[in-house]
Amino acid sequence: MEAKLKFGVKEVVAVGIGSALFVALTQVQIPLGIPNTALQPRAALLAFLSAVFGPVVGAAVGLIGHALGDMFFYGSAWWSWVFPEAIFAIVVGAFANKYGVKEGAFGKKEIILFNVMQVIGNAVAWILAAPILDILIYKEPAQKVFVQGVGAWLGNVLIIAVLGTLLTVGYAKVGAKSSSLMKED
Amino acid sequence: MARILTYEEKDTWIHRLSGVTKLVFFLLWTMTSMLSYDTRVLLAMMLGSLVIYKMSKTEWKQVGTVLKFILFFLVINLIAIFLFSPYEGVGIYGTRSDLFHLFGNYWVTKEQLFYELNVMMKYVTIVPAVFMFVVTTNPSEFAASLNRIGISYNIGYSVAIALRYIPDVQDDFSKIRNAQEARGIEMSGKASFSSRIKNTAAIIFPLIFTSMDRIDVVSNAMELRGFGKHKKRTWYMGKKLKRADYVTLAVTVLLSALFLFITFHDGDRFYNPFV
Amino acid sequence: MTPIIEFKDYTFKYRAQKEPTLRDINLSIYPGEKVLIVGPSGSGKSTIAHCINGLVPFSFAGESSGTLKVKGENPAKLGIFGMSKIAGTVLQDTNGQFIGLTVAEDIAFALENDMVPQEEMIDRVSQVADVVEVKTLLGHAPWELSGGQKQRVSMAGVMVDDVEILLFDEPLANLDPATGKRAIDLIDKISRNKKTTILIIEHRLEDALYRDVDRIVVVGEGRIVADEKPDRLLVGNVLKEQGIREPLYVTALKHAGCELTEESRPQHIETMRLEPYKELMQRWFQTVSYRKEKKEEKCVLSVKDLYFSYVEGNPVLQHIHFDIRKGEMVSIVGKNGAGKSTLAGIICGFMKPVRGSILLNGEDISEQSIKERGEKIGLVMQSPGQMISKPMIYEEVALGLAVRGVPEEEIKERVYRTLKICGLYPFRNWPVSALSYGQKKRVTIASILVMDPEIIILDEPTAGQDYRHYTEIMEFLKEINEKYGITILMITHDMHLMLEYTERAIVISDGHLLADDTPAKVLTDETIADKAYLKKTSLYDLAVKCGIGSPTEFVERFIHYESVHDEQKTGEGRARHGEDTDL
Repeated sequence: MEAKLKFGVKEVVAVGIGSALFVALTQVQIPLGIPNTALQPRAALLAFLSAVFGPVVGAAVGLIGHALGDMFFYGSAWWSWVFPEAIFAIVVGAFANKYGVKEGAFGKKEIILFNVMQVIGNAVAWILAAPILDILIYKEPAQKVFVQGVGAWLGNVLIIAVLGTLLTVGYAKVGAKSSSLMKED
Repeated sequence: MARILTYEEKDTWIHRLSGVTKLVFFLLWTMTSMLSYDTRVLLAMMLGSLVIYKMSKTEWKQVGTVLKFILFFLVINLIAIFLFSPYEGVGIYGTRSDLFHLFGNYWVTKEQLFYELNVMMKYVTIVPAVFMFVVTTNPSEFAASLNRIGISYNIGYSVAIALRYIPDVQDDFSKIRNAQEARGIEMSGKASFSSRIKNTAAIIFPLIFTSMDRIDVVSNAMELRGFGKHKKRTWYMGKKLKRADYVTLAVTVLLSALFLFITFHDGDRFYNPFV
Repeated sequence: MTPIIEFKDYTFKYRAQKEPTLRDINLSIYPGEKVLIVGPSGSGKSTIAHCINGLVPFSFAGESSGTLKVKGENPAKLGIFGMSKIAGTVLQDTNGQFIGLTVAEDIAFALENDMVPQEEMIDRVSQVADVVEVKTLLGHAPWELSGGQKQRVSMAGVMVDDVEILLFDEPLANLDPATGKRAIDLIDKISRNKKTTILIIEHRLEDALYRDVDRIVVVGEGRIVADEKPDRLLVGNVLKEQGIREPLYVTALKHAGCELTEESRPQHIETMRLEPYKELMQRWFQTVSYRKEKKEEKCVLSVKDLYFSYVEGNPVLQHIHFDIRKGEMVSIVGKNGAGKSTLAGIICGFMKPVRGSILLNGEDISEQSIKERGEKIGLVMQSPGQMISKPMIYEEVALGLAVRGVPEEEIKERVYRTLKICGLYPFRNWPVSALSYGQKKRVTIASILVMDPEIIILDEPTAGQDYRHYTEIMEFLKEINEKYGITILMITHDMHLMLEYTERAIVISDGHLLADDTPAKVLTDETIADKAYLKKTSLYDLAVKCGIGSPTEFVERFIHYESVHDEQKTGEGRARHGEDTDL
């Protein structure tokens, strides 16, 4: 746990580049076929980064990426949806050491843990935090924001279960050992 | 990727202000408009936002597409509020003045219209402030400004790196997407849902993995040039605060305080014209 | 005089590796010296630089024995920050080294970290920007700069600290030849004016020798194989044994049977004393056989009067026209930003031309989608990482077929067939991550080849590769070209590649078609070479100085001779090295 809480040069860069990816993926959406609803691959990215780098980097990417993405693409700063992003990252990232992605140990047990955490994290963020903030800050109708929250929760859980898991499994296989020290045969 | 707001160099007093001033303004202004539901305050802020927007000489082509998009969402949101909770306004203002009947249980009330007008004004207040902040603040000043208002320079530099790499990542993204499309992997289209996800994966995996490799290169390069050596660092692009900055800051703080006072002095965030 | 850098019986092993990367290194470098360190990928040459700047052991952990002193200090004790005041490093990846949002900020980066006051920073940045000639670019963002400009910014970024040692890690890897020349010239000026000690790590020897160096250190399999003055080294055989390409004129002289001597000063062709070899060279020119003409095949791709612009009135490509015949291997050359990649993008359908058309087998393809074109024209991107999206080799190669709904059985058969062609069949069940760079490149080529395209376009297929990997990749391409008749177009600025492997070069300069001719002609024509940011080949100078009437023909005969006689070329890979350019 300790290792994933420090914030050195590598973490600074991971947050920077992670946020740049998050912003760039803001416009990449997978339409569900229902008008105005789409899955957001950037949620999978955030889950992945949190699993690899831990809660601090994850939370920072969530905050910076979401705020910048909102500002650049939507001309607004929807703080009630910025903070839950960090909450989600903290929940998923809290077990970064247990997933062992960098060590290439991301197997069945880890995949289950990762997905349990992402379901919980998404629930805390989008069914709890975001609607409550929406009600407190913007005084939006409770029913509306909870329905929105459940929608976001479902969408994120789905995309992370598929894309986030694939991504993390793929990186555990590709990224971990390709750290350029492989002998040719 | 044309639909993105970017900084453009111009010579107005707003452009000349230090990034710190604009950041403080941006944060206080959006927070105040978030908290306040006082129609008079929102009206004043909305007008203020528009005046500032005008003064920043921002052109339509800089923000037009984004603005259309925002308006679209604003309308959707207003309709959604009505559908989910047609009597939210009645609950807030404590009276009910029906205007006409729509269908089923849905009556249009004066209170609801007034409430939704307030919601709309909140949007309209925030948007010009964000536009102004993004298009008039040199991104180079951003990290320095965050550091100046007390955020650690590590986080400030993360933001700087994000800004540095957004164009690179976008460029990579379109290159990779093109090359994968030539292999037959399309992101949109009529494909089934699961193959759409798979195809998206085939495009974003190379993007993410090559970016992950970059993290090592960049952090080594930064360390080789002494990043993180001291508790503090200086900023080449940090702008010194001038008189205009102090005046703007003072006005911003006073106005925010005033607006919040007006909003909350009677213990209620809402201005109620119905009693 | 005491050395500024001194390795004594130094051995280093990366934590993740079984074998040491450096063994018993003894090397002394004196203040003000300019030393070139050459060696193939994986020889450990970059590790030497990492030991000096402190990345070893702080960023790349491992164990060492023996001693290393840099200006009397032990880098392993002083740390990366301490070393950064003594030795500045210019990394190979100059885009990665570009940290700031603009040129000025990037140069100031080290000063900011040292808490230098703003006024002083502005002064010092401006001074050093002057030295590396980027003063007019101070406000530019990285994406507005060329590779050469980024490199100069990187140089400024480390020189701003007044370091005594400058380390250049493969400074030529990403530059076109003319820009590379300019970089070497600038490094030389810095060495003369500032008396900085300079270490250049490179495997492109001929280009690095554009300006004098004091010594060349040859590294092979972690040991120092030679440490000599350039003139002396070039007359021997060490370079060839280590898989480093000699300057072409030296190779030509050796082919002709000339016994090179140190006294003839072979370091630069311009100043080399060639009188003793003149006669031998002329005789050799007469005896080497002539290249056979290829028979004319039908035209497979023709580009007709193509115009393209992103912004109206600002054309990127103008009046581009050429024909590619079936089974040809053609290079598209020109300086960075000349429009080569745009041209490839238009052919693949990523962008639409403003005017003009592209015919594939006589048929206009302007209405075809990217996907449809992709079945006939395959594109291989520069870095394998940009294409590979599956963890397993089989899946990656099968991807293009799978998304097209090809039946499972057929996929299997075609993938296996392709893997056999590419020499990857034994690895079919391996994860991609277990492969070397060259093999990954093959996977990306296989993933295109599996779709049976008629044409393959490769973007910089050999960028950053040493001679062995270069040969491996190019021989493979030559094989699929010759055996399977696949037409190959390559975007490149590698002059060797043009000369050795392509019959024709299409030269694009500032959006215009400058030439469409044999590489030998292009590279012996000074005006074309200059405009396209290429470099006249040293074989030209050799021919002229030896009184050979037709330099172009000399170049052609030389290349032909090489391709026939260099049978060991394909066997060059026998030397075993740890794969990796980062080491």
